[in-house]
Amino acid sequence: MENHSIVIPTKDKMLNLGEFSLKRPGNMITAVILVVGFVLTVIRFTQGIGSITNLDDNAPWGMWIGFDLLCGVCLAAGGYFTTVACYVMGMKHFHSAVRPAITTAFLGYAFVVFALLYDLGHPLRLPYMFFFPGTTSVLFEVGLCVATYLTVLFIEFSVAPMEWLSQKFPFLIKWRKIVVRCTIILTIFGVCLSTLHQSSLGSLYLIAPGKLHPLWYSPFLPMFFFVSSMAAGASMVIFEGMWAHKGVHHYMDATHLREADEVVFSFSKAAAFILISYFMLKFIDMLVQANLPYLCTGYGAWWLVEMLGFVLLPALLYAKGSRDRNVSLCRLASCNAVLGIVLNRFNVSMIAFNYNIPAAERYVPSIWEVCISIFVVTLIVTVYRFIVYHMPVLYEHPNFKDAH
Amino acid sequence: MNRRKFLTILGSAGVVSALGTAKVAKASATHTFPYYDNSYGVLHDTSRCIGCRSCEEACNKINNLPKPDRPFDDLSVMDKKRRTSAYQWTVVNKYEVGGKEVFRKTQCFHCNDPACASACFAKCFSKQPDGSVAYDGSQCVGCRYCMIACPFYVPGFEYDEAFDPLVQKCTFCETTRLQKGLLPACVEACPVDALTFGRRGDLIKLARKRIADNPGKYVDYIYGEHDAGGTAWMVLAPAPNAEAAIPTANPIDAGHTFEKIGLDTHLGNRPMGEYTYGALGTVPMIIAFWPLLFGGAYAMTKRREAMHKAETESVIKTAKEDVATAMDAAVRTIEQNQGQQAADEARKAMVEALKAREASKAEEHGAHGEGK
Repeated sequence: MENHSIVIPTKDKMLNLGEFSLKRPGNMITAVILVVGFVLTVIRFTQGIGSITNLDDNAPWGMWIGFDLLCGVCLAAGGYFTTVACYVMGMKHFHSAVRPAITTAFLGYAFVVFALLYDLGHPLRLPYMFFFPGTTSVLFEVGLCVATYLTVLFIEFSVAPMEWLSQKFPFLIKWRKIVVRCTIILTIFGVCLSTLHQSSLGSLYLIAPGKLHPLWYSPFLPMFFFVSSMAAGASMVIFEGMWAHKGVHHYMDATHLREADEVVFSFSKAAAFILISYFMLKFIDMLVQANLPYLCTGYGAWWLVEMLGFVLLPALLYAKGSRDRNVSLCRLASCNAVLGIVLNRFNVSMIAFNYNIPAAERYVPSIWEVCISIFVVTLIVTVYRFIVYHMPVLYEHPNFKDAH
Repeated sequence: MNRRKFLTILGSAGVVSALGTAKVAKASATHTFPYYDNSYGVLHDTSRCIGCRSCEEACNKINNLPKPDRPFDDLSVMDKKRRTSAYQWTVVNKYEVGGKEVFRKTQCFHCNDPACASACFAKCFSKQPDGSVAYDGSQCVGCRYCMIACPFYVPGFEYDEAFDPLVQKCTFCETTRLQKGLLPACVEACPVDALTFGRRGDLIKLARKRIADNPGKYVDYIYGEHDAGGTAWMVLAPAPNAEAAIPTANPIDAGHTFEKIGLDTHLGNRPMGEYTYGALGTVPMIIAFWPLLFGGAYAMTKRREAMHKAETESVIKTAKEDVATAMDAAVRTIEQNQGQQAADEARKAMVEALKAREASKAEEHGAHGEGK
């Protein structure tokens, strides 16, 4: 355990922006990406969606839905996964992992909505779904749950900014107490909403059985999406932890550092079990739907790559890593699993979607669509850094010790 | 209450009660059997179609769509397969069936139970009693889920429009012509009667009659009678060869022919929206049971913690009592052997030692407890 002093903003010096102006490659790259993203944003909103995307009538949903929405929501599953493990299942030794997980989950969802605005033809009309609710639509369920869950996450997350701001605005201490008292209610509410919309992101494709390749289409798509989101949640906690240790190590307190490895091992073990059961689910579903003959086709090979290389392999790596208590192996497994989740969502939304359309007419994202996705990720990282530099996320605020 | 209605209500019960709207049931309240028998439809007889593109031109004109790059009398555009788009609401494509050229016009099929309407989360699409599927762009969010959902790849989106991009598709000329008692523009323009307008029930009878009256001419199947839950626009296909008479017409042959003219025969006879009802039906279940499940897990955790705490406390208490008894015994022995003063001193020393030990333990525990 090392002894370092964490910069904790005080009443006289609330801001700690020095880190952003350091001349480091990370900051430079961030600046470049943000400028490019800003320019593309202006083009997108003045020239139309077609000006920077390769979307067409056959492929109305591309990179922005496949990555920003499907992957974004799934990879933000760490929020519900960690809070349930800690508060509901009583695994108190995960406590230091809860706040970082909630922070990233909140940012993840907030930027999913942000990124969605790029993809919508009428972004300002997004609230129309509440005025003209199309209740037969899966998308309505997704929208309603994401909106509600984003609110829940905001309330759960609000404890951190309130601890930061309470030095200037003492009334926040009272509010913070109310939120902390609601923790368990919010957690259970959160897991209900997460179950609903994680699964219904899969249900979105149920309406298009003819368009999605049979190896990926299944009446159990919602279950696959939900189960894989649990694995994604566990993996993302490890994955983000890895980067956090690289970038913002000096904002972690002794408790966080002491518990970090145990969190990695426990979550690896959980992820190993979930990934194995996910593998079995998918495999049995493939057999039951009589899709075995498809395995000899090109798509079949690709399906096997996904299932063996990005579901089974990370499961085994996780199992070995947690058994041998090998942090780097667990982290490697988490990278593999996160890639696998992204691959799966890409397959469902883009690669295996419209599989029966001639190759020449298939959708391939334009470079600018990818740039916007990178821009959104960079924004998340930047806001995350701002939060970590200012708010007690990776450390406990001295004024609120033992308050949990 | 039929199954669909039941599931719709079930699926939306949670949200409806949350929003306080009772509009939901209305969407499915028009379901009566026979299904849209009296609403309008069009029968497209592809054995008659000559691929002149007059329908395309008429559609373009009545709907004020932008002029295409190549004129409508340029038939070479049909060398490439085209689909409908925001600016072309109907297109004619050329196919080959049994060595013969067959042309098929495509447009919105105006499903009985449209996938787009089921998929739209802002209620832009509605099946009208006259048979058309209407789209109201004024509340369209532009999410394009309707385009994902449509099994016929019909709706197009105005990707190049910056500020008011909308989904566009064939309207059945509902407001421009049907309501004035006129035929849809494409039907009126057709020079060879390949398109027949009428009530859906009548069109099915007419199609059956054509198949029966011309043995060997048609595939014995009316595409759209049941496909995807039934459509207002239906298609007849020519038999691949003259020998295929009706009695032997087997469904697999029919499928092959329709596939050859670009129609998906694997859609099944259920409305596409029904594929999602099972998933939507689980929503109230999850809302009802998940809090119970996780609340129960939480209660168990709490109880386990409380029991653990009580157990620890009782162990500590017993240990303390043991120490006290042992101490008393020791002090009594000292008193007997060395007198009262020695015993007092020994007791004092022992109490102090215990206190010091407890203090150090508490400190250790405190340091550990900070993490919580």
